[in-house]
Amino acid sequence: MAELKATRDGYGEGLVEAGKNESVVALDADLAESTRSIKFKEKYPLRFFDVGIAEQNLVATAAGLAASGKIPFASSFAVFITGRAYDQIRLNAGISHLNMKIVGSHAGLLTGEDGASHQSLEDISLMRGIPGMVVIQPCDFVEAKKATIEIAKYKGPVYLRLSRGKVPVINDENYKFEIGKGIMLKQGKDIAIIATGALVNEALIASDMLKEKGIGARVINIHTIKPIDKEIIIKAAKETGCVITAEDHSIYGGLGSAVAEILAENCPTKMHRIGVNDKFGESGEPSELYKKYGLTAEDIVKAAEKLLKK
Amino acid sequence: MEQKLIEKLEKQALQIRMDVLEMITEAKSGHPGGSLSAVDIMTVLYFHKMRYNPKKPKWEDRDRFVLSKGHACPALYACLARSGYFPLAKLKTLRKIGSCLQGHPESNKCSGIEASTGPLGQGLSFANGVGLAGKLDKKDYKVYVMLGDGEVQEGNIWEAAMLAAHYKLNNVIVFLDHNRLQIDGELKDVMNIEPIKDKFSAFGWHTIEINGHDFKEILNALDEADKVKDKPIMIIANTIKSKGVDYMENKAEWHGKAPTQDQLKEALAELV
Repeated sequence: MAELKATRDGYGEGLVEAGKNESVVALDADLAESTRSIKFKEKYPLRFFDVGIAEQNLVATAAGLAASGKIPFASSFAVFITGRAYDQIRLNAGISHLNMKIVGSHAGLLTGEDGASHQSLEDISLMRGIPGMVVIQPCDFVEAKKATIEIAKYKGPVYLRLSRGKVPVINDENYKFEIGKGIMLKQGKDIAIIATGALVNEALIASDMLKEKGIGARVINIHTIKPIDKEIIIKAAKETGCVITAEDHSIYGGLGSAVAEILAENCPTKMHRIGVNDKFGESGEPSELYKKYGLTAEDIVKAAEKLLKK
Repeated sequence: MEQKLIEKLEKQALQIRMDVLEMITEAKSGHPGGSLSAVDIMTVLYFHKMRYNPKKPKWEDRDRFVLSKGHACPALYACLARSGYFPLAKLKTLRKIGSCLQGHPESNKCSGIEASTGPLGQGLSFANGVGLAGKLDKKDYKVYVMLGDGEVQEGNIWEAAMLAAHYKLNNVIVFLDHNRLQIDGELKDVMNIEPIKDKFSAFGWHTIEINGHDFKEILNALDEADKVKDKPIMIIANTIKSKGVDYMENKAEWHGKAPTQDQLKEALAELV
């Protein structure tokens, strides 16, 4: 059984590592403990700025630092940083294309007990719509850590989507993260499950379950939702003729939409989107929420069988 | 000595005002009112106070200017062109397709523009970020900011006001272009901001109040700002919307309207 760890913890460790570069600075809006930017604060107190509970100020201050040659990581909960500070992100990370990193933790139903107001299900959609923005969602602790280190080196605006809940660590420390590159985790010729974030693990379990039923399910981890790896998606669609997307996000505007856009234009393929279907979440344990809102491996298996019969 | 400087600045400000009016007339849209109210202060900054090199626009030790009220950009563009950042001929391209002189300033499009602005309320936070970077790097540059008075109705301003005082950013020097008019009318009727000086004092700022069209007062305020050790500086500049053009002055309708060719002639005749 794989170890359980949260992607936000990977961010905290990665940020400390990235901080070896003295240009890296971190800002938070009174959630440093929760987003794990506190790890950076403990190591580099002079390069950490708490702005108080003020997300618009968080992002626009980070912009000024970026314009002065710093590499700011601004973290808060995904729903607040992308929602409350959307215009600040659009103007500075978007129009000015500043080298700033927007980090949203507590994304998706994996947030759990805090309820709908704190479970961001629209943030990928918001960030993906901004020209020039790189959008990344790691699937586990290791990928989060490596992604953090890589985006510090990348020159340009990035949105990093993290989660509170613990998920199995599926990558080992030798894992190399490359922005924009999808990863095939399992071969399969009958159907492709294209997943991001916590749903990558559910997709792996679903693939094993489908194998027992004689169905070969390919699993692809899309950690970079923008710019997305078109090639790996088109190849999977052509070779399997059947695609399922899976994400802890609304089915509108997230990975499912991005894949649908590519397939519709390049190789129309039977597909089904697993995600939250035009609803807000609610309080509950993440595993209970995943069951109730249809984000489990079992849901992927059911959808796969149904889609294959179409 | 100072009298000579003031005469020079007065002449320069007149030129900037003419540029602003010609640009907006040529563009057939734009914001003359808030550009003209800010001209005198920006003239002092660009033609006397600030340290910069147009040939090295990204020089690390330069003083920065953030036009938070981005709609007043014709004044900024005129100052940049007359300082040598780009050819004067470009001013005629304001708001036209393909121009580097966008309807609201974009830092990526044009040399000398420090921050993209226009969506109000963000420039002060941006300037604070620049100020924090300056402190981290032990640089002595200053960040000058032009805020609109209507702009302080934005919540982001007060988040930034707290931050600047909390981090003792005495390298952040702000002018509030207090012309008392916004699009929908007088501030006191739309949404009162008074007592604005007391508010910033209460937020921990060093506050100064001046006539924003009196060069001696602008210069003195800047000298006073240089002596402040542990607070950000807010200079409340009482100004007149559309200052310098009689038929436009103090009229909210000139917030965002271009003069006709005839109106331009009348305005220029007054300024010469």
